Amino acid sequence: MADIALTRALDPEAAIAGRRYFRSRTIIYGLLTIFAIVYLLPLVVVILNSFRQLPEIAQNGLIAWPRSFSFKAWVDAWSTYCVGGTCAGMQGNFFNSLKLAIPATIISTAIGAINGYILSKWKFRGSEILFGCMMLGVFMPGQVALMPWAYILGTLHLTNSTYGLILIHCVQGISFTTLFCRNFYVNIPDDLIKAARIDGAGFWRIFRKIILPLSPPILIVTVIWQFTGIWNEFLYAVIFTSGREQPITAALVALSTNGTNVRVYDVMSAAVLIGALPPLLVYLLGGKYFVRGLTQGAIK
Amino acid sequence: MSALTVHNLRKSFGAVEVLKGIDLEARNGEFVALVGPSGCGKSTLLAMIAGLESVTSGEIRIGERLVNSVAPKDRDIAMVFQSYALYPTMTVRENMLFGMESRKVPRPEQEATLARVAALLQIEALLKRKPGQLSGGQRQRVAMGRALVRDPKLFLFDEPLSNLDAKLRVDMRTEIKKLHHRVGKTTVYVTHDQVEAMTLASRIAVMHQGSVQQFDEPQRIYDHPANMFVAGFMGSPAMNFIPAELTTEGGKPALTIKLADGETATLALFDNVASRATSKQVILGIRPEHLSRYDPEARAQKPGMVSLHAPVELVEPTGAETIAVMRLGDLEIVGRFDPDEAPSMGEEILLGVDMAHACLFDPATRQLI
Repeated sequence: MADIALTRALDPEAAIAGRRYFRSRTIIYGLLTIFAIVYLLPLVVVILNSFRQLPEIAQNGLIAWPRSFSFKAWVDAWSTYCVGGTCAGMQGNFFNSLKLAIPATIISTAIGAINGYILSKWKFRGSEILFGCMMLGVFMPGQVALMPWAYILGTLHLTNSTYGLILIHCVQGISFTTLFCRNFYVNIPDDLIKAARIDGAGFWRIFRKIILPLSPPILIVTVIWQFTGIWNEFLYAVIFTSGREQPITAALVALSTNGTNVRVYDVMSAAVLIGALPPLLVYLLGGKYFVRGLTQGAIK
Repeated sequence: MSALTVHNLRKSFGAVEVLKGIDLEARNGEFVALVGPSGCGKSTLLAMIAGLESVTSGEIRIGERLVNSVAPKDRDIAMVFQSYALYPTMTVRENMLFGMESRKVPRPEQEATLARVAALLQIEALLKRKPGQLSGGQRQRVAMGRALVRDPKLFLFDEPLSNLDAKLRVDMRTEIKKLHHRVGKTTVYVTHDQVEAMTLASRIAVMHQGSVQQFDEPQRIYDHPANMFVAGFMGSPAMNFIPAELTTEGGKPALTIKLADGETATLALFDNVASRATSKQVILGIRPEHLSRYDPEARAQKPGMVSLHAPVELVEPTGAETIAVMRLGDLEIVGRFDPDEAPSMGEEILLGVDMAHACLFDPATRQLI
């Protein structure tokens, strides 16, 4: 054995560096924990209040440790609470939102995928310009289009209907879905398409057999983006629908303007959580693809 | 009969003309290589034959049929890509069946063809794997398999070996040659590697700047390059070009070349090229293997041998042969020596120049005289 000392006397400089490292890590993690608490606190308050009883909230205040426990607020918010004369809770509005978000997500994602396929693999004269124009939609604030949409929905007799909102979200969403898919498909080698064309496959067969099987990462991103965006959208919902036709985001407003002066904090908390659950679930299921895919699609 | 005829084919991208009137023809069962440096238009030409690029003007015929505006799938061709272009989500089996499924070939026939080609390429064991699970050489085989199941009129290869490492490339080159002998299909093969072109092709089209410089059998291209570009491109190390002047020595035609310090050397010519030259100034082209250590005994057997003094500046042994860089006036010339008689660095070698194999070029037109 070579005569090498494997242990040596404590190096004071290394010890200081080690302590310094430990101290800086402690500070960093401490700060991050505080930020996380501050960020999560409103959610915690809402969750706790949804399980408290109203009298107890009134007595102890909105921000307090629960002294009572009940599911009543959830049941009320879902099926019995009265808004505008009908006492059916939020369930109708919840299903409105599903009826709106699911078809609009599917349609806009499908169109985006086909657009992206054409704009990346079947370029034609002016296709880059067309793509540039479509991208303007990404930067356009929703309120700019309010008036035109009011006119279009009026002409098509789609005001105060879920179908009207589906139309709006399909059209407004195409910019995003096209951008995502096109930037993803651009990175698929053109040789694959050429090989398939020589192999006798046409436009749709190439799309179905070659492009789509490669697409799950970007389709998951697009679906999450569209679903959460459409579900959470408020402005169009509140302007173009009313009463029983409203999606849940718009209906939540009605809770705070119920005519009496009693603030039903328990029911409001439960209703807000009901409204927030679907996007949360979608994100939990596909979140890891989302972070990965968004960077993939965004950087070109 | 020709399997492929290309006549006065032109291609422009906007104002840039990338192909300037290409004429090319492949006889039935022939192996034609398109070779040239990057950007010479060879891949564009292949893509046009495949139908992946449109024709600006001119004609492409496969067999007797004019195919200028026929879709790729209807041209009866198969193509192997540089990137292999294997469908990444499909297994090898699905990759190879894809074309037949697209064409609605009956099931039993698909299976029979797949089995035959898989056996031919010895890829039966790989059929259930995805392309991502294959090595470079295996992918290359599968790419060829996908082309072979088609049984087309014409095979197109677009630099199929350039993604392989050096050793595998040589092996696959041999395999392609064997395969071509066995299958006997007309093949057009694009490469930038002149060795590949020389070894594989029955005829080579050397391309440069959008036009075919020379279209001939490999040995003729090597021995009688049409111009200085072809001469310099084919062969490694490249041909030496030495400016020279036509003179006479003892009543016979000869060349005078400049050496260092204003000295000159006179080399006797052993051809009647002198009569074809239009000016006194010419460029002497001599391949490295036609330079050797001057040996008076060998001179008797090789009447073209003349001698020349040159200092050796650099020696590169490669094992089988030794490459030496020598100085000749302002120029460096490269010689290829048997390791036994290789010069050493700094030596002033008496060089034998085999003038029987020399080429003369016109310095103005750069064409072979």
